[in-house]
Amino acid sequence: MGFVETFFNWEVLVSSLPLLLTGLRVTLTLGAVSIVAGLVLGLFVSLLRLYGVMPLRILARIYIDVFRSIPILVLLIVVYYALPFVGLRLSPFMSAATTLTLISGAYTAEIFRAGIQAIPRGQFEASQALGLRYRHMMSDVILPQAIRIVIPPLTGNCINVIKDTALASVVAMPDLLKQATQAQALEANPTPLIVAALMYLAILWPLVLLVGRLEDRFRREAAS
Amino acid sequence: MSDATPIVSVRRVSKRFGAFTALNEVSLDVAAGEVVCVIGPSGSGKSTLIRCINLLETYDPPGEIVVDGIRVQRGPELASVRAEVGMVFQSFNLFPHMTIRDNIALAPKRVRGLDAATAANKADVLLQRVGIAAQADKYPHQLSGGQQQRVAIARALAMEPKVMLFDEPTSALDPEMVGEVLDVMNTLAHSGVTMIVVTHEMGFARQVADRVVFMDSGEVVETGPPEAVFDRPQKARTQAFLDAVLRH
Ligand SMILES: Nc1ncnc2c1ncn2[C@@H]1O[C@H](COP(=O)(O)OP(=O)(O)OP(=O)(O)O)[C@@H](O)[C@H]1O
Ligand SMILES: [Mg+2]
Repeated sequence: MGFVETFFNWEVLVSSLPLLLTGLRVTLTLGAVSIVAGLVLGLFVSLLRLYGVMPLRILARIYIDVFRSIPILVLLIVVYYALPFVGLRLSPFMSAATTLTLISGAYTAEIFRAGIQAIPRGQFEASQALGLRYRHMMSDVILPQAIRIVIPPLTGNCINVIKDTALASVVAMPDLLKQATQAQALEANPTPLIVAALMYLAILWPLVLLVGRLEDRFRREAAS
Repeated sequence: MSDATPIVSVRRVSKRFGAFTALNEVSLDVAAGEVVCVIGPSGSGKSTLIRCINLLETYDPPGEIVVDGIRVQRGPELASVRAEVGMVFQSFNLFPHMTIRDNIALAPKRVRGLDAATAANKADVLLQRVGIAAQADKYPHQLSGGQQQRVAIARALAMEPKVMLFDEPTSALDPEMVGEVLDVMNTLAHSGVTMIVVTHEMGFARQVADRVVFMDSGEVVETGPPEAVFDRPQKARTQAFLDAVLRH
């Protein structure tokens, strides 16, 4: 068999495509759920870390450091294989979503913290001097400005989360990578793997370009 | 004036930064409608004093500051006390992501509970009053420094505060814009707004103040009507400061 029939076999591609597409859908769902949940968690933790009472501040900090240190595969395996021993049995999807959310939340918290701390002190003081309560100061004055700063790093974090969804195939999650290896075994041909790789690229490459563009723009705005 | 209940009462307020004493038992009463100008050399504690009045800076016990009968301290009432104390900063501190109108309308909406249309209307009236009605839909960075500072004054006035604090409102401005801001402040002073103004503009202090407070090394050294403080200072430190600034 030649190179094309081996790696880009049209018949194999056609017969494995439905399986690959279900895998792609699982991957995208897992990515989206983890990204959104991680954003909410991260924002909450960053506010605790900055403005919580002391014990909560310390807890937030420990959380951030621990989940940025632990290898994601280790955490995933602990959640899926170890938690059942204490009676907590999560489905492969829930295990993967929990793992990705916890880790994304830690990175997101640091991104938000940096964004909030980049807002000049005068903005906080002007808000307080007007009598705005904390909630309105954050929602109307500080966060809208911080969002602009954190969009490039947050997009970078999204890229990581989507990449890391591939690890979920380890706990038998029927994601894109898992389905591709399955199809490869079925067809005795690596074409499904190549197609899966191209699908990952098709999702992530535009995001990578976007981050670059956003960072450039932000640098230009900061310079002007 | 001294027999009326003061709007702002600063009683033996001290403030230490570590071992450094920025304020040393400062007392100051300001009556309704009074315009008090605070002068003094750099580092004498002028900013620290007025920042304590709305608790942007905390002060040390047992001193206390009372605004309109309410003690200024941490707690649930702090935001409501701050709403009664307008503040204008040297660096304007406008909200860069909002239009001029929204800058002014925000706090009346969020704190006073005005609906959007009423708050926007109020903003337009105030912009008229500070002479920049045409700029309402622009963003702060599109305005000159003098215009931005006038917006900041309008933003503070929109809360209808009991007292307005100014911390060197013209020090960050190009010289040709100082006049337009001082004009607005002058008009406010004559319309009965209670004002505490930290300033290096001696001409403004002399012309507009009901009372001048001279501070040095964290203490109120001398206080009195402008003619008395400027023309017949009682303390050598006041004299030395005036000699230094008026020579320039
Ligand atoms: N956060 C702080 N930490 C330590 N020292 C401080 C702090 N804020 C102010 N100080 C010190 O307190 C003193 C009084 O400062 P303040 O800003 O009140 O002076 P000022 O009279 O407003 O001076 P200027 O005319 O330069 O604005 C200064 O010596 C300053 O260095
Ligand atoms: Mg100062």
